[in-house]
Amino acid sequence: MIPVTSLNARIWSKIGSRGTYGLTMMELGKEYDDIMVLTADLCTTSGLDRFREAFPEKFCNVGIAEQNLIGIAGGLAKEGKTVFASSFATFVVMRAYEHVRLNLGYMGFNVKVVGLAAGFAMGMFGNTHYGIEDIALMRAIPGLCVLSPADCSEVVKATYAAAKYCGPVYLRLTGGMNCPVVYKNDYLFEIGKAVSVKEGHNIAIISTGSMVYQSIQAAKELEHDGISASVINMHTIKPLDTHTIDELCGKVSLFVTVEEHSIIGGLGGAVAEHLSSITSSPRLIRIGIPDAFQRVGDYEYLLEQNGLTGSKIAERIRKEYMADSF
Amino acid sequence: MRKKTLYLANRAGSKGAHIGSALSIIEIMAVLYGGILKIDPKNPFWIERDRFIISKGHGSLGFYTALYEAGFLSEEELDTFEENGGILPGQPVMSVEKGIEFSIGSLGHGLSLGVGVAFAGKRNHTASNVYVLMGDGECNEGSVWEAAMAAKQYHLSSITAIIDANEMQSDGRCSAIMGVNYGSLWESFGWQVCYVDGHDIHDLYVTLKAENKKETPRVIIAKTVKGKGISFMENNNAWHHNRLSDEDCHRAIEELDFSR
Repeated sequence: MIPVTSLNARIWSKIGSRGTYGLTMMELGKEYDDIMVLTADLCTTSGLDRFREAFPEKFCNVGIAEQNLIGIAGGLAKEGKTVFASSFATFVVMRAYEHVRLNLGYMGFNVKVVGLAAGFAMGMFGNTHYGIEDIALMRAIPGLCVLSPADCSEVVKATYAAAKYCGPVYLRLTGGMNCPVVYKNDYLFEIGKAVSVKEGHNIAIISTGSMVYQSIQAAKELEHDGISASVINMHTIKPLDTHTIDELCGKVSLFVTVEEHSIIGGLGGAVAEHLSSITSSPRLIRIGIPDAFQRVGDYEYLLEQNGLTGSKIAERIRKEYMADSF
Repeated sequence: MRKKTLYLANRAGSKGAHIGSALSIIEIMAVLYGGILKIDPKNPFWIERDRFIISKGHGSLGFYTALYEAGFLSEEELDTFEENGGILPGQPVMSVEKGIEFSIGSLGHGLSLGVGVAFAGKRNHTASNVYVLMGDGECNEGSVWEAAMAAKQYHLSSITAIIDANEMQSDGRCSAIMGVNYGSLWESFGWQVCYVDGHDIHDLYVTLKAENKKETPRVIIAKTVKGKGISFMENNNAWHHNRLSDEDCHRAIEELDFSR
């Protein structure tokens, strides 16, 4: 695997999660004989041009046809291929949803569906191109593993892990170019095992994807107010690392989930489902995209409007935490 | 096979079964499993085997009876049709060991799977052929045409699609519900199109056996009759999915005996 170093992290950050995905696939193409990479007319957008040139026999563009993308992936996987199939999250998840359910869920094929530009990354394209319900949909399918890397270094690690993992995976990529860097040094990435990125004892911020960086920023601001926040990178939404949540239950007085996804059914939903089974668990605040379609804007505007920047997250937590204290 | 189909539908009792669409594919299944498919029930995972995909999963009774005749299913297993927790529900569940390549049931999925299988075969240089059986009503599904485009684009000549053209779907006549000429559609998608009488064993055998010398996939449009062989079921959509009573079952089997 390409190592996570400060230099690599900077380069990957510049090319963004999609470019990093393409770059990682180049490495996997060299290592895996049986890999197949499928795209639905988003080869360039997926950072896969170099892969197509280098490994034409391992590549297939099915055209603008997401249902067929997943069906072909299923047929290939059945015959022993490890298949990566990518498109924008909104299309590959929703247009092809029933095909995903049958091929990846029901038949459990070894297909990795890669949802590009999830969340608000498509900015000015508008709501048709926002992937804000994909976690909810994908984690509802039995047997599907759902990964949501925090930055481009973790995109590399998650893509590798998905290739090694024998079974269906949804890999959700958030953020655009110049993604904020969370990891500059190597660390252990294991599917299903959350990573603590900051220790704290008052509250626990459980975050995923692009929001891990913003949550770290929020935690730093909260320190100034005397609120000590731990930040957990929940890179695997399913299977959820309930062990880590259980451990935090006895340590903190407030849980906060943060995600670039609808507040319905995503990470917050998954954590809420788990906490509901625990007697006297701490209160949970779910921060995410409100249950409404948004006015269109660029990525930074949308994060700001939806309270998904470090400062806005800190402001919300401060208010809720203070209210609890009185 | 028709008698077995009726017997199993009767055994299913009040749960009912898809009968008309199973009866329309009996000859197709008999020819495929009797003389076309390169398969071995003793070696079901044989890598070079031909792949048969029943995309119209509701034709399962015609499929299961063929698997029984070909030696993939025992009589005891066949008799578990639609039993709670059994291996042979109304829509097939993947079990390569039993000759069932994919879980099927939702229409419009089979051809994409077939394209994936044929693609893998081409990459792996295996000599397998891929046969996908679809309904004519099923061709309403857009995903069928997505797969048709891809099969042509990638020259997947190992694929043969067979359309069970019984001209009926759940709500009535295909031509009344979505009246298009599917033959010319397949042609315009770059497929070779053959027309056969889907109840003529000889016609089916000769057409399916013919070597595909071109670099394009082919589709065989098999003209069939829904409910074929039973006078009160033929072209009668009441038998699309229905409960087959003991009385109706006897009547149907008597007709088959009489017509022999």
